[in-house]
Amino acid sequence: MTTTQQRRLEYRALFKQNVGKRLAVDKAVRIIIFSCVIIAIIPLGSILVEVFKNGITAISYEFLTEVPGSIGSGEGGIGPAIQGTLIIIGLSSMIGVPIGVMSGIFLSEYGDNQLARTIRFFNDVFMEFPSIVLGIFAFLMIVLILGHFSVWAGAFALSLIMFPIVARTTEESLKMVPVTYREAGTALGLKKWVITFRIVISGAKSGMITGILLSVSRIGGETAPLIMTILGSSQFFSSMDVPMDALPLRIWRLSLLPYDSAQLQGWGAALVLIIIILGINLGVRYYFANKKGSIFGRLIKQGVSGKK
Amino acid sequence: MTALTTQSRPSLDNSSLSKEDYAGIEIEKKYKMIAENVTISYGDFVAVKNITMKFPEKSVTALIGPSGCGKTTFLRCLNRMHDMTKNAQVEGKVMLDDIDLYDKSVDPIYHRRKVGMVFQKPNPFPTMSIYDNVVAGLKLNGVKDKKILDEIVEDSLKMAYLWDEVHNDLKKSAIELSGGQQQRLCIARALAIQPEVLLMDEPASALDPIATQKIEETITELKKEYTIIIVTHNMQQAVRVSDFTGFMYLGDLIEFRETKKLFTDPKNELTAKYVQGHFG
Repeated sequence: MTTTQQRRLEYRALFKQNVGKRLAVDKAVRIIIFSCVIIAIIPLGSILVEVFKNGITAISYEFLTEVPGSIGSGEGGIGPAIQGTLIIIGLSSMIGVPIGVMSGIFLSEYGDNQLARTIRFFNDVFMEFPSIVLGIFAFLMIVLILGHFSVWAGAFALSLIMFPIVARTTEESLKMVPVTYREAGTALGLKKWVITFRIVISGAKSGMITGILLSVSRIGGETAPLIMTILGSSQFFSSMDVPMDALPLRIWRLSLLPYDSAQLQGWGAALVLIIIILGINLGVRYYFANKKGSIFGRLIKQGVSGKK
Repeated sequence: MTALTTQSRPSLDNSSLSKEDYAGIEIEKKYKMIAENVTISYGDFVAVKNITMKFPEKSVTALIGPSGCGKTTFLRCLNRMHDMTKNAQVEGKVMLDDIDLYDKSVDPIYHRRKVGMVFQKPNPFPTMSIYDNVVAGLKLNGVKDKKILDEIVEDSLKMAYLWDEVHNDLKKSAIELSGGQQQRLCIARALAIQPEVLLMDEPASALDPIATQKIEETITELKKEYTIIIVTHNMQQAVRVSDFTGFMYLGDLIEFRETKKLFTDPKNELTAKYVQGHFG
């Protein structure tokens, strides 16, 4: 018998011995993975169920459109807070998304140097900053200097939270685009910025959108920086230079009140915030999924139809 | 098949060769591109050693040699693609007609439009349609006239022998094509910018024999209008498509002659061993 044949037999015997054990390990790993998913989903699901159960009873047309009533009366609504949240998300995105996207492009496409490595490091540190610190920063930089609370200060603080997230996710998505497409563009005599904006970005779009949506969801729920900047208000938006309301602020205030009616409204406001964030996410994804020529759209459609 | 190690490598005795055997071929055709004393290094590693090569106009020149011999590296320097590689350094001259591509005053972007390139793996832009892929080089450089673009799409796809297969679904995504079709699409894309020289880096190595045959037919047809330089691992392919062949080994250009002569009557011992399949 040759060595190879001998070895073959030995290994086969070995495999046979271990069959039971291997099947058991396989099963155990499956159970562990499955339980981890359940463990992760339970708190998430129960929060959602709780918010929905409590919040749904508070929601009415008046609740969504009117200004808050007198404290503890259980009347009025969260109209200014909804409006304020949409304004602050819009403004912060207008500042944070372009800066974040451009920084991400810089880090990915022009980032092979010491400057970029430094920026990347501080960007990562920045991403983990407690949001209240950024709120205090905006307070010192804008509120104190202007002498009053300001919507701009709020948008500034939230965009500071946004852009490191957007920059990092943009960089990672751009890096995922194979270098062969950049080479093909170069060989066609295209300028670097054309290659970046017209070829590389279109391949990285889905990742970039995910990053932007992630950052929008993140700032949509931020409370601490808003206390320092837009303060909160019970009136509809009138000017950039006066306090404004936002849903997280309203939820926070309502939940501190000792009245059942106020807390019920708090649940309602929380549900509205979740629905708004969910709506933005689904809306943006749906828009890009249906846009012509979008690889993201094709991927979604393929996912839906189960086709590869 | 044992590969030659550096130790067992026969000495490069070029004394028996006349100069044109490895420096260029004396022919009546005009030279389109001339590489003069090109040395390419990545940091300390010298990938291409002092190569001088002349590429006759409207002909196919093949570069053959074992893996790692520097043929792709050399090909990419003809298009200044090494500008994209951070630590790559190119010395010497690459003349396109009478312009030195490595001259400081030369804008590589402008000259890349005269030198098209087809890569080893088909790389059509995945987010674009077939139509947009073909005209990418023009459209993204500012050509907007729909009539011109339509014309160029048809011409380029016909030249790449893809028109018949795709002319009904030009709006289809490029990645829905088969590998061979994608590669011909890449050829069409390279042709659409109206280059004078076409560089091909093992264009058929990822394709099946039928697709390979189609690509080779395309090359033979394109020869009438373009100067083609093709890197290939496949010696039969070099014989089938090329007029001239350069054999490279460990960064040196060992022999450069008419294809027929190089394969039937190699002057260098090393070339003989390689074309007979003794190593590779």
